[in-house]
Amino acid sequence: MVGGTELVKEAHAGSSGNLSASAVLSSAEALPSMAPQDTEIEDLQRMAKNLRRHVITMIAEAGSGHPGGSLSAVEIVTALFFRVLRHRPLEPGWPGRDRFILSKGHAAPLLYAALAECGYFDVAELTSLRKLGSPLQGHTDRTRTPGVEMSSGSLGQGLSFGIGTALAARLDSQSYRVYVLLGDGECDEGQVWEAAMAAPHFGLDNLVAIIDHNKQQIDGWNSEVMNTEPLAEKWRAFGWEVLEVDGHDIGQILAAFNHAEGVKGRPTAIIAHTIKGKGVSFMENNPDFHGMAPTREQAAKALEELA
Amino acid sequence: MVMARRLASTREAYGKTLVELGHENPDIVVLDADLSKSTRTNLFAARFPQRFFDCGVAEQNMVGISAGLAASGKIVFASSFAVFATARCFDQLRVSVAQPRLNVKIVATHGGVTVGEDGFSHHAIEDLALACSLPGFAVVVPADAVETAEVIRAASVTPGPFYIRLSRPDTPVVCEDGYCFSLGKAASMRQGSDATIIANGLMVAEALDAAESLAGQGIECRVLNMSTLKPLDEEAIVLAARETGAIVTAEEHLRQGGLGSGVAQVVVQHDPVPMSFVALTDTYTHSGKPQELLRQHGLTADGIQSAIKSVLSRKG
Ligand SMILES: Cc1ncc(C[n+]2csc(CCOP(=O)(O)OP(=O)(O)O)c2C)c(N)n1
Ligand SMILES: [Mg+2]
Repeated sequence: MVGGTELVKEAHAGSSGNLSASAVLSSAEALPSMAPQDTEIEDLQRMAKNLRRHVITMIAEAGSGHPGGSLSAVEIVTALFFRVLRHRPLEPGWPGRDRFILSKGHAAPLLYAALAECGYFDVAELTSLRKLGSPLQGHTDRTRTPGVEMSSGSLGQGLSFGIGTALAARLDSQSYRVYVLLGDGECDEGQVWEAAMAAPHFGLDNLVAIIDHNKQQIDGWNSEVMNTEPLAEKWRAFGWEVLEVDGHDIGQILAAFNHAEGVKGRPTAIIAHTIKGKGVSFMENNPDFHGMAPTREQAAKALEELA
Repeated sequence: MVMARRLASTREAYGKTLVELGHENPDIVVLDADLSKSTRTNLFAARFPQRFFDCGVAEQNMVGISAGLAASGKIVFASSFAVFATARCFDQLRVSVAQPRLNVKIVATHGGVTVGEDGFSHHAIEDLALACSLPGFAVVVPADAVETAEVIRAASVTPGPFYIRLSRPDTPVVCEDGYCFSLGKAASMRQGSDATIIANGLMVAEALDAAESLAGQGIECRVLNMSTLKPLDEEAIVLAARETGAIVTAEEHLRQGGLGSGVAQVVVQHDPVPMSFVALTDTYTHSGKPQELLRQHGLTADGIQSAIKSVLSRKG
């Protein structure tokens, strides 16, 4: 078994993330000894690539949607759905399930792809995305899609919902954990900080916020549209345990989730440094692909790159 | 002769009923946004501290937390002043609560202009329009403290989102002890065949006073307490139109999007009769004593009497 800290170190050395090694190591200090075998990581990486292909195919078929923010969060969602979450795809309402709440609802295609690959519904359903009558709405709808915890699409609301879910776990003496995925542009919303203040106040150590820090939002770079930095310091100042990881390094992501499980008395925020459009050369760091579908040719080229 | 009525607090009735419900059902949870002393959710907080969550001055977050709790099986009561519980967090009500039809009961106190001296920022005059516009929401304005207790109980056992609007001042009691609230059913408060006054909230008392005075002048008015704005009791409205031939509505709200427009929609579709609306007309309001403000805007028994005379003059 590879030690968690070592895993993070190794994984980081091999990654192209824009994160300082010291930040990762200091955040990973207290990792429990449990860490995935390399083969499992490879399996997860294969699944990540698979989800990316689904995302491209779905959005191209729909003719609209948000590839950039779906692609940046692929490793996070892969790690959660195929390794971390305790869930029962054939029993989506199982009360003991860990909750995954997609606050940045425009990444719905990624969530749908993960749900389908887990068996919540047929993979063939994925290409119905955004079509009239489809259970796969443009942004998530908890009344239509099995496995979707929250209706979203209006940014800023997911962390509050997550707090309510985490409080309910405590009231019911349930051990389930709650994971909320937010965008970095989404952190412009005041409600995010209302929730950021409340979760530590309520001492919710069963709650994890993951910020997909791809440094971009619709109108361009965060730093130009609305500077969010220093993001980690803000969450820390609000009372969260804060970890920074390379959000495309599954080993680091798993180590961070593992660490969060050991934190008592307060919630954990994982700042995942990512690249918007990750995995498709002409989409990477290209704000045009925040909310634009690839053409047929672009999709073919993207799928080639993801082969 | 208009009779003097006992005054009682709708907020107090709310807080006390919450405590009763808290004893009866462990799934009841209550949230507030730093106004629990005013909304009287503090009565519940004192008894069930582990099931009460003060969210601070953060209404949007409160609504989101309520949604998460409701999605996990809790029956959630969330309170603030009516202005803040609607306008401040309307998108949260829409996306997090209304669309998924979650079991969240927004109980807003300080409805209307009778908040008084605090002025326009605290006068909720659009809240019912906002709440009624949300698909799936039940919207109720109890007439008094007796009905409030009934409405809170009914909401606790009726799945889905509610908006319930209460008042700041103690208000006249018009419902008899033992009164039974039924969601979506108007309560007949007085019989009459010349015209109908349809009112809710504290305007029910004004409507009864107006009807009493009018009776002295030989005009017999039916009075309906239309506490449920949504779903609206269409049957009672159609009967009123058919049997009395003229309708006046009275509400402590803007003319748009509240009781008057709801009733008018039903009337024009089924049985058009002359109507008149006692309500605020496209204006913001000022500081003053509650009774002064009601008078300034014609939200009084006198205002209702004039409206009745107007509809009667237009009655075929
Ligand atoms: C309340 C709200 N305002 C505006 C939008 C439109 N919108 C959709 S995505 C987006 C940018 C989000 O940026 P970020 O959170 O960084 O997402 P990501 O980069 O992960 O795609 C905006 C403004 C919205 N969905 N909700
Ligand atoms: Mg972003």
